[in-house]
Amino acid sequence: MSAAAVRRPFKANWGARIGWVLLALYCVYATWSLDFSWARFVSGLDNGARFLGAMFPPEFTRWRMLVDNLIETLEIAVIASAFGVAFSLPIGLVAARNLMPTWATWPARTLIAICRSFHPVIFAILFVKAVGFGPLAGIITLVFASIGFIGKLFAEAIEEISLKPVEACRAAGAPFMSVIFMAVLPQVLNRFIGFATYQFDANLRNSTMVGIVGAGGIGGTLFAAFQRFDYDFLAAILLSIIALVMLGEYLASIVKAVFND
Amino acid sequence: MTSRKWERFTPLQRLARFSVFLAAGIALAVSLRTVHVVPEFLYDAPTQMADMFSRMWPPDTGYYWTGVHSSLVETMHIAGMGTILALILALPVALMAARNITPVPALNWLAKLILVSSRSVNTLVWAILFVAVFGPGALAGTIAIGFRSIGFCGKLLGEALEECNPGPIEALKAAGAPWTSIILKGYWPQVAPAFWGISLFRWDINVRESAVIGLVGAGGIGMALDTAINLFRWNQVALILLCIFAIVIVAEIVVTKIRQRII
Repeated sequence: MSAAAVRRPFKANWGARIGWVLLALYCVYATWSLDFSWARFVSGLDNGARFLGAMFPPEFTRWRMLVDNLIETLEIAVIASAFGVAFSLPIGLVAARNLMPTWATWPARTLIAICRSFHPVIFAILFVKAVGFGPLAGIITLVFASIGFIGKLFAEAIEEISLKPVEACRAAGAPFMSVIFMAVLPQVLNRFIGFATYQFDANLRNSTMVGIVGAGGIGGTLFAAFQRFDYDFLAAILLSIIALVMLGEYLASIVKAVFND
Repeated sequence: MTSRKWERFTPLQRLARFSVFLAAGIALAVSLRTVHVVPEFLYDAPTQMADMFSRMWPPDTGYYWTGVHSSLVETMHIAGMGTILALILALPVALMAARNITPVPALNWLAKLILVSSRSVNTLVWAILFVAVFGPGALAGTIAIGFRSIGFCGKLLGEALEECNPGPIEALKAAGAPWTSIILKGYWPQVAPAFWGISLFRWDINVRESAVIGLVGAGGIGMALDTAINLFRWNQVALILLCIFAIVIVAEIVVTKIRQRII
């Protein structure tokens, strides 16, 4: 048997090796250009230890303010999810290519793409400038974020449905709204509930953050505590945010369990 | 003949579904009644928005080379290095979370705890924490992006590891391969496509996130945006927003192209 007939089981892939070297070079270059240094990292660890020391024990004496802020955060998430879901239903329906003509899907898809293209914080900044500080700006921000996310998923879900019930309805002479309610919605309702609970979860996480730029909720208090070096209160806020997010996740799992059987 | 009525759901299921809708409705009603929104602000929002956009136009393109370009490059570096850092940190956590690789429930549980706490804290909040630790700048931003991404990368990677076909691994074990070989030659080839998919997907997300962490002082284009907004230089704000939009779109196109080629 010639040596050539023996296939090496793990042959060297030079393309991949060159790729890894290039990646390593990029890391060195980026580290250098971002001005990272070991000394800075070590002094940072020192700072970090002091920071953690200042955070403990968390200070819960201002719990009334904390609870008020958490409730506002929750309200922003609830209202934004409700309106976001309500708006993304028709927009997603219009964006579905299998039901709508091209002239209708294009504007809807563009709107969804615009809502998705910017980070919610950037929307929050713009809306704070437009409608002033407070929860209203946060709600509008998260409504836009929800349309960008659910609108896209919902349009994709509708594009995947079976068209047979739709054709049956149309053949029976059903008007357009009956086709939607009898043939389209029953096929996507379960997935839609899934998207809605997921979006509520995402909105809850984001509503803890929009306050950093002044759009209501607990984020504003968090940023203020940080700027005043009020680190033990900061720890209390962080712990309550984590608790709130976990509660939201638990609620979402219950809702999903009710609808998925 | 008795007529039988067929129903899709049991009464209990219908009750459960109805109570979910009822609870959602009550939550919405209570929230709408108690949230502190000034309705006048909502009515004149369109006018205010129009006014803001009119002040933004035209974008101050001359500002690009003086103020935007370097922070845009810094943003891309933060996103790239943050993703790499996240992958390095997520790998051991993912190995620990995968039940077929680490058959110790306590370690699985610890890994899950790390993954959940990484995801519960928003990138901006991680950025605030690391700005306090490392001072303002790109170092804090990179580490914040990295820490936030551990949860995402570790969870998906751990799931990919759990779904591995045990055949090749048993073959390697039977041949007496050391555990490094089992990981590199048994698991890695099976999870490599998932790994690259996850890395690209996270990088795409991190480009968006690294554009805003500068608002709390963690480096990148967000710092330029913050300055421009605080100084009411709306034409510069418009330029910066256009640049962020452009890099987000470019990142999305790059990710789509690479995905088509490698997966």
